[in-house]
Amino acid sequence: MKAPIYGVMAEFDNPTSLVNAAREARARGYRKLDAYSPFPIEELTEALHLPKSKLPLIVLIGGILGGLTGYLMQYYVTVIYFPINVAGRPLHSWPMYIVITFELTILFAAISAVFGLLAVCGLPMPYHPAFNVPRFALASRNRFFLCIEARDPLFDRKATEEFLESLDAREVSEVAH
Amino acid sequence: MADERQIADEELQPAPVIAPGYTFGTVTDQIASVVLTRRTPIFWVACFAGGFALLLLFLWAVALLFAKGVGIWGIMIPVGWGFAITNFVWWIGIGHAGTLISAILLLLNQAWRNSINRFAEAMTLFAVACAGMFPLLHMGRPWLFYWMFPYPNAMGVQPQFRSPLVWDVFAVSTYATVSFMFWFVGLLPDLATLRDRARNRIARFMYGILAMGWRGSARHWSNHEMASLLLAGLATPLVLSVHTVVSFDFTVAIVPGWHSTFFPPYFVAGAIYSGFAMVLVLAIPLRHIYGLQGLITDKHLENSAKVMLATGLIVGYAYMLESFTAWYSGNVYETAAIWHRMTGPYAGAYWFLITCNIVAPQMLWFKRIRSTPAFLFMASLVVLVGMWLERFVIIVSSLAQDFLISSWRIFTPTRWDWATYVGTIGLFTFLFFIFIRLLPMISIFEVRTLLPQAKVEEEPER
Repeated sequence: MKAPIYGVMAEFDNPTSLVNAAREARARGYRKLDAYSPFPIEELTEALHLPKSKLPLIVLIGGILGGLTGYLMQYYVTVIYFPINVAGRPLHSWPMYIVITFELTILFAAISAVFGLLAVCGLPMPYHPAFNVPRFALASRNRFFLCIEARDPLFDRKATEEFLESLDAREVSEVAH
Repeated sequence: MADERQIADEELQPAPVIAPGYTFGTVTDQIASVVLTRRTPIFWVACFAGGFALLLLFLWAVALLFAKGVGIWGIMIPVGWGFAITNFVWWIGIGHAGTLISAILLLLNQAWRNSINRFAEAMTLFAVACAGMFPLLHMGRPWLFYWMFPYPNAMGVQPQFRSPLVWDVFAVSTYATVSFMFWFVGLLPDLATLRDRARNRIARFMYGILAMGWRGSARHWSNHEMASLLLAGLATPLVLSVHTVVSFDFTVAIVPGWHSTFFPPYFVAGAIYSGFAMVLVLAIPLRHIYGLQGLITDKHLENSAKVMLATGLIVGYAYMLESFTAWYSGNVYETAAIWHRMTGPYAGAYWFLITCNIVAPQMLWFKRIRSTPAFLFMASLVVLVGMWLERFVIIVSSLAQDFLISSWRIFTPTRWDWATYVGTIGLFTFLFFIFIRLLPMISIFEVRTLLPQAKVEEEPER
């Protein structure tokens, strides 16, 4: 019995073969798939049936929190904590609050976009088995990879490798843990 | 008939954004090789050394400022703002082009931006860093800068949230933070490329830490695209708001020559105008030295020149409107302010700025000039000088001659005013050339998407 592996990875030359391979693998019933490419490929989202990104919701919540923080902070300071009476003008001078409320909305939304991105991508991740494949370094240059993970119920070391080889892959290799 | 239609279609096809013949590999290698090499061009060394020398001058001027106070500058009541705020407004305006290219042109789906957005964003960051120096140094006691933020303190006082100067603190610090984050998010995949390509162990380790384990998974990319889009959507209103808030510093005051409602759009247009000039000043020599003409093509330069021309015309319109409003208002102080600008002690600066900002850019109407990099470079320098003079004239001439003749006083810059200003140009050059050497100046992954091979060829329906 050989040591357990993370999955099997196939290397492709161009985005079209990768997308076709991903579609084929889905059609075969594989579900634990991931594709790696040097640039975003729109078609992969649909080919891999990726879930809708959670980022817009995260950013919306961040923005609302930022706006509330900005407005309430100014309200608290100018009305409650440090009121300055300028010729009897209203302390709650909301038109003057707009700029800072707006800036903090943007700031909080942008911060939640960036940290949300890292969170949903699971970054920073110092180690990932995919990097054990020596040729994987090319995934950030000019090659395209499709990985079927071992935790897929249909995964069978031999059969999966043979399946990937049938997809006009340049090379198929096992991914060590 | 069919043939004719085909020819017409071909003519209507937009010209490719980058030169033909590139592959994913060559694009990656060419951009990464600028960073991952032991050889440093003489041009880089010379610019870096020049920037470093001016940076030392800046440190000298600042050390003297800390020791003696703002009295070493030429500022004197009524001209309390002098060079410091002029330089602040000028620098922050330059930064705006970077955000325009990275955010607004992304939302407008302008693919040509992909090869100039990275260094334009870096330019934004460094320009904002230079801009931020001036209000800090101008404070007199810069080490107490944190008093500008609302924080619980034992003094029992808080910032005045009804003042545009406090708005400025929030606008500029938000702008700097968001620009940095946007830049870093775009950098992540390219850091991964450098990590995978670096031979040097230390370099590989450092890029690896910064890339945070990016592996280009489809899940990463779909979220990355979403994040870029969201950040672009957030940065677009932000960039317009920043110079608007900067202009509020003037319009909210009642000083004649400042107190007018058209300042916000006028300032934003001027900001983009000077920013694109700076983009051209940086891009033209860089693409020549590093042989990047295939990626930053003449088309990029021409498009930038067109943006410059358009925003320059808006600025020209604003100058006319400024004079018209002053006359039409019937307000004796407003009329006098404009009249002093045109004929008073700063008339030389005023007419020189009109020449730089309105007359000179009209050359950009000609395609021959737009497609000659040397001319464009000169035109951009002229615009940068013109825009600096514009900020100077607005600030200084309005303050020097306000309501009471008895309080008038002419501002003359001292050598330390000049040293601080020129010093920040050194700071900018220093930071920018460090960036050129250590990080990819063109977004590698976004250029890959421009290649024709990047399109997925769909099989016809069976």
